[in-house]
Order: sequence, then structure tokens, then C-alpha cells
Amino acid sequence: MQNRTMEIGVGLFLLAGILALLLLALRVSGLSPTASTDTYKLYAYFDNIAGLTVRAKVTMAGVTIGKVTAIDLDRDNFTARVTLQLEKKVDNLPTDSTASILTAGLLGEKYIGISVGGEDAVLKDGGTIHDTQSSLVLEDLIGKFLMNTVSKEAK
Amino acid sequence: MPKKSIIDRVGLFGRAGIDMVSVLGRSTIFLFHALLGRGGIGGGFGLLLKQLHSVGVMSLVIIVVSGVFIGMVLALQGFSILSSYGSEQAVGQMVALTLLRELGPVVTALLFAGRAGSALTAEIGNMKSTEQLSSLEMIGVDPLKYIIAPRLWAGFISLPLLAMIFSVVGIWGGSWVAVDWLGVYDGSYWANMQNSVTFSGDVINGIIKSIVFAFVVTWIAVFQGYDCEPTSEGISRATTKTVVYASLAVLGLDFILTALMFGDF
Amino acid sequence: MSADNAYAVELKGVSFKRGTRSIFNNVDIRIPRGKVTGIMGPSGCGKTTLLRLMGMQLRPSNGEVWVNGQNLPTLSRSDLFDARKHMGVLFQSGALFTDLDVFENVAFPLRVHTQLPEEMIRDIVLLKLQAVGLRGAINLMPDELSGGMKRRVALARAIAMDPQILMYDEPFVGQDPIAMGVLVRLIRLLNDALGITSIVVSHDLAETASISDYLYVVGDGQVLGQGTPEELMNADNPRIRQFMNGDPDGPVPFHFPASDYRTDLLGKR
Repeated sequence: MQNRTMEIGVGLFLLAGILALLLLALRVSGLSPTASTDTYKLYAYFDNIAGLTVRAKVTMAGVTIGKVTAIDLDRDNFTARVTLQLEKKVDNLPTDSTASILTAGLLGEKYIGISVGGEDAVLKDGGTIHDTQSSLVLEDLIGKFLMNTVSKEAK
Repeated sequence: MPKKSIIDRVGLFGRAGIDMVSVLGRSTIFLFHALLGRGGIGGGFGLLLKQLHSVGVMSLVIIVVSGVFIGMVLALQGFSILSSYGSEQAVGQMVALTLLRELGPVVTALLFAGRAGSALTAEIGNMKSTEQLSSLEMIGVDPLKYIIAPRLWAGFISLPLLAMIFSVVGIWGGSWVAVDWLGVYDGSYWANMQNSVTFSGDVINGIIKSIVFAFVVTWIAVFQGYDCEPTSEGISRATTKTVVYASLAVLGLDFILTALMFGDF
Repeated sequence: MSADNAYAVELKGVSFKRGTRSIFNNVDIRIPRGKVTGIMGPSGCGKTTLLRLMGMQLRPSNGEVWVNGQNLPTLSRSDLFDARKHMGVLFQSGALFTDLDVFENVAFPLRVHTQLPEEMIRDIVLLKLQAVGLRGAINLMPDELSGGMKRRVALARAIAMDPQILMYDEPFVGQDPIAMGVLVRLIRLLNDALGITSIVVSHDLAETASISDYLYVVGDGQVLGQGTPEELMNADNPRIRQFMNGDPDGPVPFHFPASDYRTDLLGKR
């Protein structure tokens, strides 16, 4: 009899643990069980990625479609090469799409936003986004403002 | 009390070093025999079940209650700080990340060391002092297999589960304070959380941490019991040692693991 | 092998050190098969250590421990556990498993070492408990038993697997006269009825001498004397005499070694 309540207790405990894992996966981290793991890679070169980090998300029209998997320096051009991993189902990005580094809110983290171009040809796995917009560096902005050249360049 | 010369002091220091190395060696051999020696867990599944009950189920209440309160406090504190930046909807994200990455594994491991770890040490120490371990040996049953191994496995299994339960009830407690009490919009509490928490990064890393802690805490607790001096004084000293060593090990390892896992940020 | 066969346990040149302190120095002890052998000596002389050496719970720093024709220190860990199945030990405290009741305690060795069906285990347990007179206590927990009853249950557990060698660690300590009488009778009875070899480690002179066929007196890390109880009673060795007669002073001094009493009181300022 005592054995039986013990068994039930342990069973409930193990169930609670598994349930907790499921809740963490589905409710807390928003992992959806049907999410396709098929991805493909694109590269984008930026003059300055200041503040962008690996694992930052890549969005299009505000919807997350991938993430940054690597950032390294291109030795020849002295630019930053960012590797993007995008979901396979978004495989129709025109070749002249623009990638820009954006900030979520004033203090939020950096992410990459992609805006669509007009070409018919689409980017393939391993392709490069040529049209990029680097992140805004506050110090540069202030410097330019002080030099009164801000009107020409800044957006 | 005669005065000690410098040489004596250096000698004492050296002896402390030798003692430490010998304890490390003995505890490693102990672990090796318990987990890898001949035969599985003597007596099998029933023993493990019993230990899961006394180690895991009996720790559930303290874990759930602490989890709820810590989640609620996190939400309160987070809300008062974040609202001064006008971003109180991020409170869900803050609560979830804090719990999953740090407080879940660490606080659970500390509570586990205090609740289950000390109980394990005292129980095994008591068996040693009443010659139950010796008597098992002479019956021809290896106490490392019969007494120690099920307790080790029960600890390894229980602590990660407890840590996950802790995080879940903490997040739930946080949502109760933030959403129902402080009036953060329900949708943004969860949506912000889901946006920033990644399963592979945060949840899995938290679980890895708690698995490491489970290993260390249970090992320390069981070894201290097995190695203690078989007197009531020795048992109480071993119990204290378990809690102190296990807590220090958890906090130290947490720093190393955090640096390895999240250091690139 | 044939020479060994007369003796169930043989210690040959066994030394044992704890840290740098020598507990035993080159000890030879031979325990005759099928007899009750007493090992006596003053408290703290390492009698229990001797017992643990015979069961290889302690590893001698030197020498050979032959039990049933096997030299224990050379055995592997698992062979050692197999060898111990033929030994039973009655520990000083009884060492019953506190979370099991009397029945399960006695059934424990049977459950872990045999695949016997449940009814047969029950029969054997009842048999063993009947032998120690505690069949009625079958459903009690260890903490509901008196000290003497605990020891008898532990005895039933020790003989559950029908061992060839049975060792008793201070069986008479802290027992009232009735419990003591019961134990003395049981030890002799079990030895003769089951044809096992009994080793009794004790400092209770009268009881041990009354049931032993052969006696060893140990002290100072050595065997001081051996023989039948009568032989020892008439020995000339002053140390044995002092122990057998219970004299307070003699070769084993009443005073712990100290500096001169007078100088200690008056000399230092």
C-alpha cells in the first residue's frame, strides 16, 4: 500500500518534469513543433556592424525569417561579413534586396531587416546581398552633425 | 601552545594539499565503482524508485514554493525598473531569461543541496555508524551498488526535473504579479518572452547547467556520507560540509558554465 | 589444501598499520574448523580490527589471510564479495537495516543471492527466526526491539545463507544476564547443530571461556597466548594471568604513561 503511493508520487513527479519541459519549449520559448528546420545561407557585407551579435534575428516586414549565424571580418575589403540563415520557405528574395541593421526601440537589441527589391532573379543558397545599410553609430552622427554635413548623408 | 616555526607551517600547508588530493582521488574511485563497476544497480528499479521518491518528490514542495515566490519578486523588481524606461512589457522576457539561465538551475541546486543533499549525507553516515554498510559488505552485497548507486542516479534525474519545474512555476508566478496585479498586457508578457527566449540557447543551456549541478551536488553529498567519521559528531560535520561544499561548487561552476555558454555576448 | 582444511581461517604473518601506528605486527592465527574459537584481549587492542581483517573489510599491510582455501588479499573486488557469501558476521550493534522489518531483514541475503520462490524464502526465514526464538516478532521494525532481540535477529540474518564461518563481534557487550545467557547458549547450539566454524571476539572472560573450544589472547599487536581455556587459566605468562584474573595492575599498568608525579605537581611553576 505504502509502495503504491510512492510509485504514484514518483510517477507524478516525472510527469510534472516532462510537462515543465514541454511548457518551457512551447509556451516560453515559442518553439512550434511544426517549425521547418530547412534553412539556407546568405551573406551580406557591412561597413560597420557595431552592436550586431550572433543569433540576432533577421526580419522581413517585421516577421522573423531567420537569424545571424556568424560574423567575421573580410580581410580583402576590410568589411564585416555577416552570415544569415533564412528559412527555406522564404526562397523568393530578389537579388537586389536590401539588408539593413536596425535597432529595436531606443535601447533594444540590433537585428537585420530585409526590404524587397524589384529584380526577377532570386537569391540562391550561398548568395550575397550587395545592397546593405550599416548600423547607425551615434558617435558618427554627432560628429557629422557638428561638422554640418549631416544633411547630405543621414537618412 | 608551542609556537610554530615557518617550516612547520609550510609542512601543515603541504599536508593539507596532500589530504585534498587524496580525498579527490578516493571520491573519484568511489564514483567509478558506484557507477561503472560490475552489475547494474543492485536490486534494480525498485531501489531507484524509492530514492526518486525520497530525493525528488520530497523536495518538490520547497522547490515549487520558492519558485513561485522568486518569480513574483523578479516580476515586481523588474516592473519597477523597466517602467522607468517605459518598457514594462519586457518584464516577461526578463523574468523568463533570469529564471531559465541562472536562477532556475542555481537556486534549485542550492535548495537541493540543503534539502536532499544533507539528508543523503546524514542517512548514509548513519548507516555507516550503525555498521549497516559493513554488514551489507559481509552479506556479500556491494554497498556502492546497493546503497550509493541508486542515490546517485536519483539525484542525477531529480535535479534537472526540479529545475525545470522551478522555472515554470517561477514564470507563472511572475505572470501572476505582472499581468493580474500590475496590469501588464497579457499578450505582450508572453509574446516578448517568446521572442527573446530561444529553446536551443536558453532552455537547453539551463538544463545542461542543472545536469552538471545535479552531478556535483549528489556526488558530494553521497561521498561525504560514505567517507564520514562514523560518530554522531562526524555525521553532523559531514552534513555541514555537504551543504557548504555543494553550494560553493554550484556557484563556482555556474560562473564557468555561464562564461562558456553566454560569454560571447 | 589438505593441510588448510583443518583450519577454516588462517592468518599468516599479518601486519596492519593505521597511518603510521602499527596495530598488528606479524600475527599468526589459525581457527580450527567446526569449533568455537574465542579471541580475547583488553579493550582497544584491535580485536574488532582482527575480525575485519578476516572479512577483508580492512586490507592487511602485510601477510596472508586464508579463508576456505582462498587468500583474500589477492582476490578481485567481485570475487571477494562472492567469498563473503560463506561468512556471516554478527556486528556489535546488530546492524539491522532500519528501513526493513524483521522478516525482510532476515530475508535480505536470500533475496539478493538466490532466486528462491517467495514461499520458500518465507519458510527459511521462519526456520531461522524459530532458531533464535523470535518467530513471533516477525512483523516488528528494528527500533521496536530490545538490544538483545536485535542481536538475535541479526544472528538469524547472519545464518540465513547457511555460512560456513560465523563471526561474532563482542556479542555480550551491554546485555542483561538473561539475554547474555540466551546468546551464549545460541552460539554453542548453532555451532554444533549447523556444523559451522564460530569465531567469538570478546573481552567477557567467563562467557567466552565457557563456550570456546580454543582461545587466543591478543594484546600489544601480538598473540600473547593460545590454548584451551584450562591451559590458559594455568599459564605462567604474567600478561595472560593479569587478563584472566582481572587484576587492576600488573604488566598492563593502571597508570597511563606519564612523567613523574612529584615533579609534575611541584616542579613546574
